[in-house]
Amino acid sequence: MLTFIVRRLLLAVPVLLGVVFVVMLTVDLLPGDAVTLMLGEHATKDAVARLRDHLGLDKPFLVRYLEYVGRVARGDLGRSIQQNRPVAAELADAWPATLQLTVAALVLAAVTGIVAGVASAVWPNSLFDALARLGSLFGLSMPIFWTGLVLIVVFSLWLNWLPVGGAGSLTHLVLPAVTLALPSIAMIARMTRAAVLDVLYQDYVRTARAKGVGEFLVLGRHALRNAFIPILTLLGLQSGQLMGGAVLTETVFAWPGLGRLMVKAIFARDYILLQGAVLVFALVFVVINLLVDLSYGLLDPRIGRQ
Amino acid sequence: MTAWMRFYRNRLAVLGLALILVLALSAALAPWLAPYDPARQSLVEKRSKPGAKYWLGADEFGRDILSRVIYGSRVALLVGVLSVLIAVAGGLVLGTISGFAGGWVDAVMMRGIEILLAFPYLLLALAIVAAMGTGALNTTIAVGVWGIPTVTRMVRGAVLALRETEYVGAARALGAATPALLRRHILPNIVPGLVVYATLFMANAILLEAALSFLGLGVQPPTASWGLMVSTGRDVLLVAPHVATVPGVAIMIAVLAFNLVGDGLRDALDPRLRGSA
Repeated sequence: MLTFIVRRLLLAVPVLLGVVFVVMLTVDLLPGDAVTLMLGEHATKDAVARLRDHLGLDKPFLVRYLEYVGRVARGDLGRSIQQNRPVAAELADAWPATLQLTVAALVLAAVTGIVAGVASAVWPNSLFDALARLGSLFGLSMPIFWTGLVLIVVFSLWLNWLPVGGAGSLTHLVLPAVTLALPSIAMIARMTRAAVLDVLYQDYVRTARAKGVGEFLVLGRHALRNAFIPILTLLGLQSGQLMGGAVLTETVFAWPGLGRLMVKAIFARDYILLQGAVLVFALVFVVINLLVDLSYGLLDPRIGRQ
Repeated sequence: MTAWMRFYRNRLAVLGLALILVLALSAALAPWLAPYDPARQSLVEKRSKPGAKYWLGADEFGRDILSRVIYGSRVALLVGVLSVLIAVAGGLVLGTISGFAGGWVDAVMMRGIEILLAFPYLLLALAIVAAMGTGALNTTIAVGVWGIPTVTRMVRGAVLALRETEYVGAARALGAATPALLRRHILPNIVPGLVVYATLFMANAILLEAALSFLGLGVQPPTASWGLMVSTGRDVLLVAPHVATVPGVAIMIAVLAFNLVGDGLRDALDPRLRGSA
């Protein structure tokens, strides 16, 4: 098991190196002089020269790439151009808010989606099933930045129950978390329904029923455990969806997280900060999917033994 | 039962097809359908509520929202279709090369695809736009490139599976050259899956274009893009909620339409997958 974990962790390293490479390359392909774009046309020669030196733009791309990777390996993500603070510090400031938002949304999405999906599968073609499937279709089709605005109009403007935006208390978290969770709820409910329906027709479920196991136990002990593997895979992939969605949700609700920091970095052409933020997102995404892979062994002993 | 009959018996899929038809017509006939010039400003009527003159109200500059929604369908469909073409063409070429070449070429290409897939949703497109700059063309490229990795993996998987089938082996034994093998025996078998994927990707492409434009990183004003309209309406959300919310309904209907047709096509083309996510 331990060798498996170590091997998977080592395999993640080239992927992350590649992510940094792609981001740096896209920035490098930028037409025109990056430094003038960053500082504006009226920057002094001195400032341009200093930033050029700071970014190491006189060196070839590969040298810069290797230097950056070397610094990142030592925990140094560079200094942001706009604020002139260590990127690591800026990311550390914004990270807790995004973590709070995405974890809340993931929990909400997993619980609601799985419960709705299981109910749909246990009572297929019932009224609940029809409504859940219709709801899923809409959930997948609504742009989340728009859903967020509609929720603000209903719950903040009309009902006056929840704050319009910002962070601080639990009431601030409700609307952004629900907004971010909606498409994932739809996706998880759909997938869970299909997975559970699939399992319910297996021979071992019929055997369990035939030997008189109660319906509740059949579901809990035989069906759900096996249906969980595809669901878990989807949860890992959805975490990527949630991190991307956080960029939009944080913008709508003025939530002080990484997503908003990233958008600000793009507008300010602060590529050092942008690189750091993308790297953190990719790292978290890779680690989550690694955890998902590891947990397969817990659910299905056959996988663990291989 | 043929695939088409299965598709037509799916009421939701036919509804989706009808909605796509309406969208296509509104894009094609925008100048005749729109009651006003989408750029015409009337500041005294700014933020007008929906009513007899402006059916869906007027925005912050007193522009007719209905006319802008109609013209917006052009942006959504054009960016969507072109980015689907980029994703499918890129994925088809890369996936075929990877699947056919095998060996180290395949290994290197698949590691590259894994790297692109390690970008959480939206972030790859954001990085591309951040580097290339905003605008309709760059948005299209960003959305299209975002779709390439998935198509590549799909095509490669299909090519690998088909390469081992008996009829491809037989064709090869009879002396078919690789291009003929591809054209006559492999591609026709990939097309159905690709059509389903392209339809569902179209829905996502419309969503992504809207999202980028909403962030201010996509299509730029004064072009009437739905995502951009939601974004500008956001500034007056609390005084005139309709300015931001109405264009969002258009996005939702367009995305829903392509999702319905994509689901319907998948069920029709491969009945075994019926109902799966």
